[in-house]
Amino acid sequence: MIETAAAGQAGKGRRTIKVEALARVEGEGALSVRVKDGQVRDIKFRIFEPPRFFEALLRGRLYSDAPDITARICGICPVAYLMGASHAMEAALGLTPTAEIRALRRLLYCGEWIQSHVLHAALLHAPDFLGLDDALVLAKTDRAVVETALELKKLGNEILEIVGGRAVHPVNTRVGGFFKAPSGSVIRPLADRLKRGADQAERLGRVFGGFDFPDYDHAYTCVSLHHPDTYAIEDGRLVSSLGLDVAVDGFFEHFGEAHVAHSNALHGVARDGSGPYLVGPIARYNNNHAQLSPRARALAAAAGLGPVCTNPFQSIVVRMVETLYACEEAARLAEDYRPPEPAAVEGEARAGLGHGCTEAPRGICVHRYRLDDDGRIVEADIVPPTSQNQPQIEADLLGVVERNLHLDDEALKWRCEQTIRNYDPCISCATHFLDLEMIRE
Amino acid sequence: MARSAPHDAKPDGDRRAPKRPKLAVWKFSSCDGCQLSLLDCEDELLAVAEAVEIAYFLEATRARIRGPYDVSLVEGSITTPDDIRRIQKIRGQSRLLVTIGACATAGGIQALRNFARIHDFVTAVYPTPHYIETLATSTPIHDYVPVDLELRGCPIDKHQLLELLSALLNGRAPVLPTHAVCVECKMRGVPCVAVAKGAPCLGPVTQAGCGALCPAVGRACYGCFGPQESPNCSALAATLKAGGLERRQIAHAFRSFNAGAEAFRRESEVHD
Repeated sequence: MIETAAAGQAGKGRRTIKVEALARVEGEGALSVRVKDGQVRDIKFRIFEPPRFFEALLRGRLYSDAPDITARICGICPVAYLMGASHAMEAALGLTPTAEIRALRRLLYCGEWIQSHVLHAALLHAPDFLGLDDALVLAKTDRAVVETALELKKLGNEILEIVGGRAVHPVNTRVGGFFKAPSGSVIRPLADRLKRGADQAERLGRVFGGFDFPDYDHAYTCVSLHHPDTYAIEDGRLVSSLGLDVAVDGFFEHFGEAHVAHSNALHGVARDGSGPYLVGPIARYNNNHAQLSPRARALAAAAGLGPVCTNPFQSIVVRMVETLYACEEAARLAEDYRPPEPAAVEGEARAGLGHGCTEAPRGICVHRYRLDDDGRIVEADIVPPTSQNQPQIEADLLGVVERNLHLDDEALKWRCEQTIRNYDPCISCATHFLDLEMIRE
Repeated sequence: MARSAPHDAKPDGDRRAPKRPKLAVWKFSSCDGCQLSLLDCEDELLAVAEAVEIAYFLEATRARIRGPYDVSLVEGSITTPDDIRRIQKIRGQSRLLVTIGACATAGGIQALRNFARIHDFVTAVYPTPHYIETLATSTPIHDYVPVDLELRGCPIDKHQLLELLSALLNGRAPVLPTHAVCVECKMRGVPCVAVAKGAPCLGPVTQAGCGALCPAVGRACYGCFGPQESPNCSALAATLKAGGLERRQIAHAFRSFNAGAEAFRRESEVHD
């Protein structure tokens, strides 16, 4: 207990607490917290998943290799990489996929949002709010919730399989579109199941909305895509809650990456000096609330969210609002489906520079490639969402630890883990397990 | 590790059945997609969790039960000095060690570094290279410790994973084909993309297990399950050359997610 520790400290002035690896995240990272005289002196969220050097190993490869290679950055959100790289290459080659191809891509992306959001919210994050180790224990106390979640997650994966050919690392996508357009007879029946999926997402959202959310608010700088007509997923302009509104190829002008000693992930920084910024579900929700469907907005309101969410622990609710939206949107796309003919637009290899940016479940994922005359990659830059969020995660941890110093070490450690899981951090993306080291001096 | 006495019944009913095998899932350098395949068994997950004791699976649970483990599933490749120490410790704690996926069985896409100078790679990605600790190579688990079984694929096929777990639970050998993807195309009735379209398909030299997913969408197999048991890579390379692929394209065809697999590595070096 902290009280005991404080009493002990009076004599010795220092206490070190080591906590083991953080679970229920994708990848490997660590957290260290140093507390002295009741004040947090230092917080480091370290990512030590070993680097894999994607930007380097892409050099010399043909433009057409980039989507499948970069998909291997993350097995949870491969579509974000497939799409981001494809868009960037299409920009570099001057290709414009047809409306039918774009609609099929959006359907595929909805599948990824559904499977990734439900995996994270129901199976990885919800146990935190119930004080449980994992969803398997949750299945013993509330089997219906877990079964609903598994069924919904499976629906997301089925979209990935039907449209993409495989749930993890789909094979049917390519620069310009698809290898083969699925027939209407396999896509259209998805609509009814997706409507049922929307009901399931709504049920889960209402359950999660009833959780006891830790008291913490932050005025986030929210960065996301924005599209005037739809809730931005795979298409839109880059906007921020501070008023930025630029085409996606303006990303590198406004944002950069910094390398810090304690992490194998580069930290996202805003070039205007405005400090950490937030990407992901809350950023999207705050920037694009008006573009949500009426039913998704109604779920948000019923689950206790206003038009702007400032409590990161409520991200679990936002994920289900987005899941509901993705089910409705995918149902609409399935009903309106017309197989793209041809399945892909073809282009000639040429020199060029192209940007691509889409909303991965965890936030904007940016790609930039420079090609030579033969269409080979000369330079590649990839900015995944978790590295952009890393400074904001550290800022949230500081705020959460400061407010919760009264908790004993075990409870505080769990609260820190939960704070990190608010971000659904894909550490494999950001490079890269979490150990928590707590030093009370 | 302290053991509870057999009759030390706990009021919460959470006492373990005596003979459930302990399953651990470990991660090295990887994308997490292969271990995700276990969570993607939505219809079977709760049954699997009842049949085995999930003793260590960081992606899914905070709960950790100390070894030894009956089965360890290992995802990812060895890329740091610490990885080598960790895999040796895991081997020592595991009755059966099964590698899952192209990273663990062949070094993964990150094994492309094995063909380059690591310093060039580090400086290409990180502005402050001395912050990074890494080995010059990305190599499979079997380079460091004995491996009992391997599941191929980038990612693995979840049906093969379930077959593996089912076989292990029932004390039999898993049925895992070692023939070529071509056989799967014939079994599914998928038209040959190499013959019909002249596509640069790696199906003849690639191990089956995916269900011929790429040819089924009219795409050339890109070899994500690695080399089949007796691959004739040089004959395939000659066919690719005759089909108009230039040297570098042939090298790159063999040099992707299983670039570190012996047969693919050697063939790619012929055309480098």
